[in-house]
Amino acid sequence: MKAQELRVPTMAELFSKGEKPEVLFWVGCAGSFDDRAKKITKAFVQILNKAQISFAVLGTEESCTGDPAKRAGNEFLYQMQAITNIEVLNGYEVQKIVTTCPHCFNTLKNEYPGLGGTYEVVHHTQFLKQLLQEGKMTLEGGKFNGKRITFHDPCYLGRANGIYEAPRDLIRKLDAELVEMKSCKQKGLCCGAGGAQMFKEAEKGDKDVNIERTEQALETAPEIIAAGCPFCNTMMTDGIKHKEKEGSIAVMDIAELIASAEDL
Amino acid sequence: MGYLSNIVFVLLLAFGIGYFIRNVKRLIRNIRLGQDVDVSDNVALRWKNMAKIALGQTKMVVRPVAGILHIIVYLGFIIINIEVLEIIIDGIFGTHRILGFLGGFYDFLIASFEILALLVIVAVVAFWMRRNIIRLQRFVKPEMKGWPKTDGNVILYIELVLMVLFLTMNAADYQLQQIGVDDYSRAGTFPVSQFILPVFDGMTAESLIFIERAAWWLHIAGILFFLNYLYYSKHLHILLAFPNTYYGKLSPKGQFKNLDSVTQEVKLMLDPSADPFSEPVDDTGDPGKFGASDVADLNWIQLMNAYTCTECGRCTDECPANKTGKKLSPRKIMMDTRDRLEEVGKNVEKNKGQFVPDGKQLLDDYITREELWACTTCNACVQACPVSIDPLSIIMDMRQYLVMEQSAAPSDLNNMMGNLENNGAPWPFNQMDRLNWAKEG
Repeated sequence: MKAQELRVPTMAELFSKGEKPEVLFWVGCAGSFDDRAKKITKAFVQILNKAQISFAVLGTEESCTGDPAKRAGNEFLYQMQAITNIEVLNGYEVQKIVTTCPHCFNTLKNEYPGLGGTYEVVHHTQFLKQLLQEGKMTLEGGKFNGKRITFHDPCYLGRANGIYEAPRDLIRKLDAELVEMKSCKQKGLCCGAGGAQMFKEAEKGDKDVNIERTEQALETAPEIIAAGCPFCNTMMTDGIKHKEKEGSIAVMDIAELIASAEDL
Repeated sequence: MGYLSNIVFVLLLAFGIGYFIRNVKRLIRNIRLGQDVDVSDNVALRWKNMAKIALGQTKMVVRPVAGILHIIVYLGFIIINIEVLEIIIDGIFGTHRILGFLGGFYDFLIASFEILALLVIVAVVAFWMRRNIIRLQRFVKPEMKGWPKTDGNVILYIELVLMVLFLTMNAADYQLQQIGVDDYSRAGTFPVSQFILPVFDGMTAESLIFIERAAWWLHIAGILFFLNYLYYSKHLHILLAFPNTYYGKLSPKGQFKNLDSVTQEVKLMLDPSADPFSEPVDDTGDPGKFGASDVADLNWIQLMNAYTCTECGRCTDECPANKTGKKLSPRKIMMDTRDRLEEVGKNVEKNKGQFVPDGKQLLDDYITREELWACTTCNACVQACPVSIDPLSIIMDMRQYLVMEQSAAPSDLNNMMGNLENNGAPWPFNQMDRLNWAKEG
């Protein structure tokens, strides 16, 4: 990956030139700071660059949406974050937002309108599917032809917002063999990270949730576990390491699958 | 004798319905202890949801075995209860099978009641076996010990007894019709109870009349008893499933409500022109308590949810925390809420409409913090509920109380929130480094 080739304009840069992108890419905290998630961010930008999409990021003007604070019960901190972000977004007259994080997606799409921030918000799998439909991006299976891929539904994309097909359609476009876990779509099992669990020790129990979910994934004998959320990605990657399968099974975001298929 | 039986019947009916009305009033009073919430929107969609989910049982059949068995019992009870109409008319006026004049149609009705009654018996036996022989995991969880377990079985016993009484009554009637006893003129066809007839071989008309009358009285008395049992039982769902699905959440499951009282504060704080030392312009609005520590802090829909829960345990069965051995069980959240609400309701009743603090609350005395913090907010419980109950909203309200009123978050979460406040990210990274990824190799 040659990151120096990434073109990542910021809203501030474009604004100073009197320009406005078609879509704002909301990177999110994980996508900005987490080493694993940064790879997803870069893969998505590579796709955007190749498809010559007019986009920008907020860069240092972006701040946490407040999702983990809200789910932890701190409505005050959440709203501080939300209202600050809304001021920035509205200042740039943002209309459309794409994000690689279902938690950011859910909060921006569903909870910001009530606080004065109304935008068209899409998850990157929806965005990519649309690029494909509009012919702005082509996909050839090649690399993933016939590979067994199982998709782990992120709760905040699936049950929370009813989006099950966009990521699956993209996997099928890679000519891969999509195999479903016994709990999928509406019945998908959480990876264990949601509701601010990512940031705390789990309560006492028999097992960690991500191990349970990893076991379900392993039952499908996959070559790749596909995810659509940086937190799910971390949890499933940890699960695969726990099962000592990291040599044979990869955990990859849909954006990474596509960037890889395109040799980006 | 004369009108004695008519009088006894009317008294029984009046008592049964009267006591039921009293219980409904209690139920409404308790639910009204909850906070107000505006649900006057989307009337058409709400009716549609009720028709689909409650009437149409669409979410029951997600689990096909339980779903189909349940539809049998549900249809059986609704349809067989048409017969109650005739029983009431007969009871009041001292007639016998008053609707018999419908002829062929009556035959058809009675025949379908009988077939349904048999199917209900089969389904009820299957349900009983699932609870007591197969012991499906969700029926033997810790919160299902004691009364909840007994309650589940009692409901099945009552249903079984009612169906057996119904068929016995019909069988004796049919035998009497065949012997040609006065008052038992030919009415109805009996595709199921005809097989009971051999039991009555050689019995006198008197004994048969006794059996028929006894079954008839016990059947109607049993129905009235069942009606009044509802308030004390998880079986209340047969009534509340309808309003509960009507008032179910319509927004995306991931959307949690924003607290308006907080919004005002935050906007004021972030307003650069606000003078921090000025007198508050509008001091009338007490922001109130944040979140919920007791049932009266919840809204009335959440309280109705608690009464609607029939403890089927589909929520708990899907809960990732429960699946992996944590204490959290969404079903228990609902059961605890109902138990506490009952306790508060009795307190209010005893103290002439006023709640007198009893040193207890929903938090800690019923629902522990450990349960609340184990939730991943994944919505699996909400998705699983066949009658649109939202256990997650109660968990979130209680977390809000813990964090905003008591600053009692787990220390890991306090670290996360500290980072968020200082750096705008849940980890200790500098906001100025947010775009570094774009320059990294």
